[in-house]
Amino acid sequence: MVNKLIKEDTKMFLTGNEVLAYAANAAEAEFMYGYPITPQNEIMHTWCKLLPKTEAGFLQTEDEISAGFSTLGGILAGKRAFTATAGPGNVIMQDAQSMAEMMRIPFVCAVMQRGGPSTATVIYAQQETRLTCFGGNGEGFRIVYSTAGHQDLYDYMIKAFNTAWKYRFPTYVLADGYQGKMREPVMLYDPASRGISMVPTEKALLGPGQIGIDRKSVHMRNTYNMEEELMEVLEGYQKDYDKMAEEVAEYEEYKAEDAEILIIAHGIVARSARTAIDELRAKGIKAGLFRPITIRPLAVKPLRAAVSRAKQILFTESANGQLAQMVLEKLYGLNTPYSTLYKMGVGVTGDDLVSKVESMIKEPAMI
Amino acid sequence: MAEVLTLPPNLPKSQNAEVGASKFCPGCGHGITLKALANAVDELDIKQKTVFGCDIGCSLLSWNYLDLDTVQTHHGRTTPVIYGVTRANPEAIGIAYMGDGGGLAIGSQHLVNAAVRSERMMIVLVNNTNYGMTGGQMSPTTMPGQKTETTPYGRDCEVTGRPAKGAEMVAAIANPEKSFVARSSVSNVRKLQSTFKKGLINVQNGGFSFIEVLSICPLNWRTNNVDTLERLKTMEEFFEVKEFLQGKSEQ
Amino acid sequence: MSRTKIVLAGEGGQGVQSIAKILVEAGYEAGKQVLYIPNFGVEQRGGVSIAFCQIADETIGEPRFSKGDIIIMLSDRAISRCETYVNENSTIVYDTSVCTIKPTVKCKQVIGIDANKIANEDPSLGARVFNIIILGVLLEATHVLELSDIKNAMEKALGKKFDAKPELRTKNYNALDMGIKLLKEQQALV
Repeated sequence: MVNKLIKEDTKMFLTGNEVLAYAANAAEAEFMYGYPITPQNEIMHTWCKLLPKTEAGFLQTEDEISAGFSTLGGILAGKRAFTATAGPGNVIMQDAQSMAEMMRIPFVCAVMQRGGPSTATVIYAQQETRLTCFGGNGEGFRIVYSTAGHQDLYDYMIKAFNTAWKYRFPTYVLADGYQGKMREPVMLYDPASRGISMVPTEKALLGPGQIGIDRKSVHMRNTYNMEEELMEVLEGYQKDYDKMAEEVAEYEEYKAEDAEILIIAHGIVARSARTAIDELRAKGIKAGLFRPITIRPLAVKPLRAAVSRAKQILFTESANGQLAQMVLEKLYGLNTPYSTLYKMGVGVTGDDLVSKVESMIKEPAMI
Repeated sequence: MAEVLTLPPNLPKSQNAEVGASKFCPGCGHGITLKALANAVDELDIKQKTVFGCDIGCSLLSWNYLDLDTVQTHHGRTTPVIYGVTRANPEAIGIAYMGDGGGLAIGSQHLVNAAVRSERMMIVLVNNTNYGMTGGQMSPTTMPGQKTETTPYGRDCEVTGRPAKGAEMVAAIANPEKSFVARSSVSNVRKLQSTFKKGLINVQNGGFSFIEVLSICPLNWRTNNVDTLERLKTMEEFFEVKEFLQGKSEQ
Repeated sequence: MSRTKIVLAGEGGQGVQSIAKILVEAGYEAGKQVLYIPNFGVEQRGGVSIAFCQIADETIGEPRFSKGDIIIMLSDRAISRCETYVNENSTIVYDTSVCTIKPTVKCKQVIGIDANKIANEDPSLGARVFNIIILGVLLEATHVLELSDIKNAMEKALGKKFDAKPELRTKNYNALDMGIKLLKEQQALV
């Protein structure tokens, strides 16, 4: 057991990376495995600085390949373990992430997106959206929470551990360099004070009982001889995934009820959309926001409902339509026209969105 | 009609009796190696706290071979999974089982760093001088002149470099106080078993153990029994069979 | 609903991020909504260092804004890098004793101050409190916080150093006052 540092509601002024380390501790995370990469380093730094008080564990590995796989080892040993990465680190960690998917290991990872492809920038992007949802040679049996600021980082990092351990799908907190590096006020709390109890962990290896007396030895395999054998397993996973999706999918709407122009954005870009919507509303333009919080799985029904109500949609991302691609698939059959504002690896500001929406009023998008 | 006299197979307690026939190719060295390993685990009576991890490649076929809690991982990634386990569970005795490709090529960074950090685990690297499961390609330990699918005219060391000597490399970088490093061979099963035992004792004493096992692959070598053992002898001349570091391997 | 958007830009080592931190800490302690993003690149040191700060009464939406209300430029490179954050509502403050060029972008007002020269020449100040003069300038230019808020935040960040070396406290506070004075003088000229 670890010592929890936050015992009562504490308002702090922190960077997002610091928030994540505090959140993991609040979630009673016991071990972090990690490898340095900007912009997630301060998660490790904060975690390490707090170790004498938390009595948790940390291993600095030789690379993200190892960070991913050793996290899996820690989880199999029964610890609430996690890792964090970004950009090229997220790319090479996909190997371990796909193993977590196949073996239903409750892997938890914070992804602080940076510009890509490759090493590109260390600053900011939303270009790991597709990778985090669908990386690896599989079907994307993953749960991805996209956060929009420090309170989200705290809330959803805690939630990620419970989602992962309850449903046994790899679970991510998808943020970005802005959220990692920026400083804003946040309320830290003990999850118990919000009625949140942590889902108990289990030892997959060396669990209770003696081999040959109380139980058989555990043989966790990751290899199948027959195609049909594999498909049977995956069909079971898909069933579990669909059932889970109904319980886990989350979204947020802002002035979406009567919105004629519906902005669809996730993560920190959704916050810029709020700024823009306030400005647009002041000018008499009915703009609103639909923000998927789980970008995988998506909250499909409310998404379709919001889109059906709107006259036009605007997709905006700090990427070239990675979320839009996932969303559009779920909008099949609807014919609301859409426009896009994509800034690859660059922040979208309120001003950007105001002028874009104004241009959509002048010249509506076509189907 | 004559009665058929059947004896129960003489299996180590740590070997999984339910597996039935070995999935390894006829003449493969993995079966010998795993039996010696299981016997060593039995001798030390550590079955209940041992975690066995196996790699991709032929070594993956050991995923249910032992009556030990086992996890099969990805190619080269058994080492980090197992030190992930032992870092999180200080009671666990971790064994990472892999071939020469998994240990010295695709997973070599993990081997190097596990050795440098003296991770509390035993790495067993079965060296049969080729990638067996994928059909017999050149591996880091392929002998000079050896024919494989990717060196059909024999390994040319001018082009591909010299065979990697895993045990020597690990011995050079590991902390001698904490590390047991040895090379053994399937030609001497008793010695192999006692080497495993020493390696496991060193782990019990908080150390890092690396054991390279010279093994045989008659299928991909395309050798008969006599030639297989002849080849193994040549390997034993090239790759020195000995203990490089003792660590705390005395009981 | 008020929100002040500030861009602080200078060379690495000029202490831009340090004063940004004091500013937003002061805002946070004063009960304002604050949001601060340091720009960060591949280099740990060197390069143009930019701080994006927002201080508001209500929850802040966008973390990065396109145009600032006040843009502080402390080097030639900062001028060329940050003109993009300027529009007709922006006020630019730049240091005439460091910069060899002048901001030419269209804006509400350009104010030149020679803080670096003054810091070096005035024995009651010193080169190391140059950034604190700028903080004083910023305070006077924005009026989003009280002088006491800034002093509290400085005590929080530097109190121990001040206690060990009391003349540091005096110099820092002198620098704050100097900044306020400089801006007042310049505004009087405009």
